[in-house]
This record gives sequence, C-alpha cells and structure tokens, in this order.
Amino acid sequence: MSTQDLTIGYGNNVLLSGLNLSLCPGQLICFMGPNGVGKSTLIRTMAGLQRQVAGTIRRSSSELPTPVSVVLTDRFTAVYMTVYELVAFGRYPYISWNLNLSNDDKESIHRALQQVKMDGLAGKKLHELSDGQMQLAMIARALAQDTSVILLDEPTAHLDLNNRLEIMNLLRDLAHSMNKAILVATHELDLALQTADEIWLAGHDNQLLTGIPEDLILNGAFDQIFQLKGFDLRTGQVAHSISLQDTVRLAGSGFEYRWTKNALERVGYPLVEKDPRFSVVIKQGVNNELMWEVDGRHTLKSIRNLLTYLKQSQNARQAD
Amino acid sequence: MKQTTLKQWFLLLFLLISCLMLNVSLGSVNIPLNEILGILAGKKSSEEVWTSIVWDFRMTKALTCILAGGALSVAGLLMQTLFRNALAGPDVLGLSSGASLAVALTIMGEADGLHLLADPSPWTIVGAASGGCGAVFALVVVISRKLRDETSLLIIGLMIGATAASLVSVLQFLSNADDQQMFMIWTFGSLGGLNWTEIIILTVVLLSGILIALSLLKPLNAWLLGDHYATSLGVNVRASRFLIICCACLLTGAVTAFCGPIAFVGLAVPHVTRLLFKTHDQKTLIPAVVLAGAVLMLCCDILAQLPGTAFVLPINAITALIGAPVVISIVLQAKRVAV
Repeated sequence: MSTQDLTIGYGNNVLLSGLNLSLCPGQLICFMGPNGVGKSTLIRTMAGLQRQVAGTIRRSSSELPTPVSVVLTDRFTAVYMTVYELVAFGRYPYISWNLNLSNDDKESIHRALQQVKMDGLAGKKLHELSDGQMQLAMIARALAQDTSVILLDEPTAHLDLNNRLEIMNLLRDLAHSMNKAILVATHELDLALQTADEIWLAGHDNQLLTGIPEDLILNGAFDQIFQLKGFDLRTGQVAHSISLQDTVRLAGSGFEYRWTKNALERVGYPLVEKDPRFSVVIKQGVNNELMWEVDGRHTLKSIRNLLTYLKQSQNARQAD
Repeated sequence: MKQTTLKQWFLLLFLLISCLMLNVSLGSVNIPLNEILGILAGKKSSEEVWTSIVWDFRMTKALTCILAGGALSVAGLLMQTLFRNALAGPDVLGLSSGASLAVALTIMGEADGLHLLADPSPWTIVGAASGGCGAVFALVVVISRKLRDETSLLIIGLMIGATAASLVSVLQFLSNADDQQMFMIWTFGSLGGLNWTEIIILTVVLLSGILIALSLLKPLNAWLLGDHYATSLGVNVRASRFLIICCACLLTGAVTAFCGPIAFVGLAVPHVTRLLFKTHDQKTLIPAVVLAGAVLMLCCDILAQLPGTAFVLPINAITALIGAPVVISIVLQAKRVAV
C-alpha cells in the first residue's frame, strides 16, 4: 500500500500534505506526532473512511474484498455482544447476507483469538472485559479480516504499562511472523522506539518525516518535534542535574550497576573515574546477595542504605 | 448458540397462541371456547351469527393486532439500530405526525373553507394517512441524501414531527367540536374494523418488511459498531441507510394508515426482546420482535376490551398504560439497557 502526493484534512483545513508513503509487508510502523497533527485523519483516510483532499492512495491489488482492516478509537456500546461475536465481524466481508459462518470463517476467528491469546475468553460479554482485553479483542477482529494491512489508531491509550507493552509486542510479532504491514498511531514514544521497524513523525509544518527510530533519535528529529523537556533520547533516560559536590566512582556490572548508577544520578551525585570522594564497589556475598562496599570499609545491604550512608558521612563532614 | 435461545422462542410462541385464544374468546357477546375452536376449525356453529362474529370481527381484529404489533416492532428495531439510540421508535422520522396532519386536514379542513374531501369515509382517511406518511417519507429521503450522519437525521425527524403537530393544533383550534372529536378518535388508534382485503394488504406489507430487514442483516449488525467500522467491513453505508429508512417507513406507514398512530409498541418491544434474548444479533432479534410485538398488541387489545363489558377503551391509552410499567420493571431488573 502506498500514497502519492497525498494531502489530508477537511476541505480547506489541510493537516498533512505531500505524503509519499509506503507500507511494506512485515513491518511495524509507528506514526507519531503531537495532538491534532492529523494522526487519526491519516488513518481514516488510508482506510478509505474519509476522502483525501488531494493525491492518490494505492492499495495492494489483491482479490480481498476489503484491503485494509482497522482498529479505531470509536466507541460503541453493545452489552450483550460476546468476544466471539465481535471477532466474527471480521468475517463480514467474506460471508453472505444470512451471516452463516463457513468452517473457514470459524477457523479464521479461532486463529485470530489464539493469536491474541483470548481463545479462553471467546464466550465473555464485552462489558466484562478489561480495557486491555477489549483492545486485544478489537485486534483479533482486525486479524480475522485477513487483510495484508492493519491500521490502528491509539490502540494503547488508557492502558497500563504492562498492557501497552503486551499490545506493542504483539503487533510487532504479528507484523514479522505473518508478513503484515501494520501502522500504529501512538503517543508512546518509549515503546515506539523499542518496537517499531520504522517511524513516521509528523510535525506542525504539514510535513512528515520517516526513518528508522535510531536515525531519527541521532539526527534530533524527535527533539525538534516533541520539544522534550528533560528527557534525553540518546541515553534513553531522564536527564539529571548534578546538585551535589561529592563525587562518586562506581565499579560493578550488569543490572545492579545500571540501577545503582540510576539512584546516584537521580539523587544528584556526579559520577567520576578519577579522584572520587567516595568509591563504591558492587559485590556479591556468599549467598549471591548484593552488597555495596564504600571506600573498602563499609558494607551496605541495599541501595537505600548506601544512599543514607553517603548522606550521613557528607553531613558529618560538614559538621566538622 | 441456538440451544440457549430455544426456551425464549417457546415462551414467545406459547404466549402468542394463548393471547390469540384469549383475545378471540373475549368480546361483548359471550361465546363458549369450544364453540370458537369449532368455528375456527371450520365446523358449523350452533348459532349462525357466532360464525360471523368470530371470523369477521374477532379474527380480523386479532390478526390486525398481530400484524400491527409485528410491523411496528420491526420498524422500531430498525430505527434503534440505525440511530444507535435507545429512545428511537418507528415514529422518530415524523411519519405518524405527517399522517395525522393529513388526516386532520381531511377531517377538519372544512373549518377554514377548504373542505378537501366531501365525505370522510374510512378509505379517504386511509388514503390521507398514507399520503401524509408518504410525503414525510419523501422529505426524509431527500434530506438523508444530503446529510452524512444519523444524529442530524434524528433531529430533522423530530422537527418535522413538531411542525406537523403544531399545524394540527391550529386546525383543531379552528374546527368545530364534532370534527375535533372525529379526529381525536382517529388519534386514539383502532385495531378493529379492518376487512379481509385490508388485512391481506397489511400481511403483504409486514412480510415484505421482514424480508427487506432480513436482507439487511449484515449492514444492520455492522451498524452496532458505528459507521466507520461498518464501512471498513465493506458495508455500503449510504445505500443501506436508505434501504433501512425505506423499510421502516413502509411498515410504520401501512400500520398508521389502517390503525391510526399507535404509540409505544415500536419503542418498547425491541428493548424487551433484547433483554429476553440477551443479544444484539439482528438475525435473532428481527423474528423475535415480530412475535413479541404481536403478543404485546394482543395483550393490550384484551385489556382494552375490559373483559366482561361491552365497553372498549382506545388502544393507544392501553399500550402505554400497560406497557410502560412492564418495561420499567424489566429495565430495573436488568439494570442496564443498550441498543
């Protein structure tokens, strides 16, 4: 699926223009940008639910009755509808007016439910589902439609971190294993950077940048568009300001090194290699328990204790 | 899934048959039940006049109940699904208001010197009511082609209704007491007095309405998810909307023409049926509302006859009087209602 000189918007209100985009099979593309930039409009336009202002959209010339399936932010209330009935809607383009499902259709529905790990919940009513399960069911509905392209508008909105992670990972795996082109409009910068094969980045100048996440980080495109406040994309962490004078040298490895460093930086200690005020070494005891040794003398059993000790010795020195 | 709804289907069928029997056996003339069954089975009755009463008065009325109840309920279901609004009913597009304006003009027109039709007979009223429905229908179709969403259509329908109602009150204000009463009686609705020709017309309308509705199963069900999802599932939203409106208008228009503006049934029956079957699937709901609508209408008619007396109450007074508490209690029990 591709677009040529596509301009989207409503009448005179042009949101994005000059779009030459292509959705390749086997790729998860995250479409990012500030609110109101036209993410939903592009999704609807590409899905054929809304007319483009100018330009053309070429959808893959397959024999499928519907080339694109969608997961939108539209809400609906149907308290008696079951998960199975919802997913069965995905087969509507294939079945006749009397809505009888063939064995192929049932197979597709079953497979879609399995792919999102909802096959145990097929008989549940929609209002009994959590928000995360509801999104998974909507994704299963799109999968049951058996299209080569799936477009999703904010599928992780209102979900907790675990559910967001689950859905993004699922979408990436589906793109890779089933060779589908999946486009996700999302706000989740951190998740998108770690799961997307490609990022489309829309700013307020009606233009859209594309590239793989790492390139866009290094060339500063993200910083320009999101105007990040205190989050350093290159390190992937919140930038800390150094507020304390005592320098610390930290020795160790692995996760314990990473999180000890995080704690020290968060509190405001500058980390140095040479001539430190404190020297901290991360060690493992006889039972594999973690220990933090300061200046070769004091051994502490947790990062909290380490921070307390450093603070106390600093206070003691000031009192001298 | 078929297994679980079998009980509900039997309940509806049982209710339909018992209400039909009760309805036919009640009336101002007391006829024993075994005589009625004999007459219906085609046997000769001990009193000649009973055959005529049962066939030409009671059966026509009972059949009218079934047909009108079924037709209004399907129309109500279609409108609730199309507008995704629990308050929508067959009258939401202003059809009955159009019909009542046309009938008001016919009956009370002479007040301002217009006297459209020399002598209002039952057929002129039927003609006027159909004409009124048809005019509003044409208006709604023209408007629906210009509008993109359902809510605007809903508002337009309500506005048409309000305009027609105010014109009717002007006519009432200007006309004399006799004509006013005649018009009032029409607005009360009436299920009796239809001959077999009219019943055949109603039957044809109901059957074709059900067939059109069944042919629209896919768009109707897809509509539950909203028009965006419906379009993405390959449904032609515009064409389907047009057909759904046509179907609802045909059903409502025919009933209004023959029986007057019967309120409430079309609004209440889809809710009761959804709660009974616990589904949104129109494939189940369309046949189910036909049965449920017929049952409710028969019940209302039984109560309208005030058993044991020769006095008959207007059907429109009964539908809401009996129906509303029933719906309220069901809704309170179910705690939630959805389209």
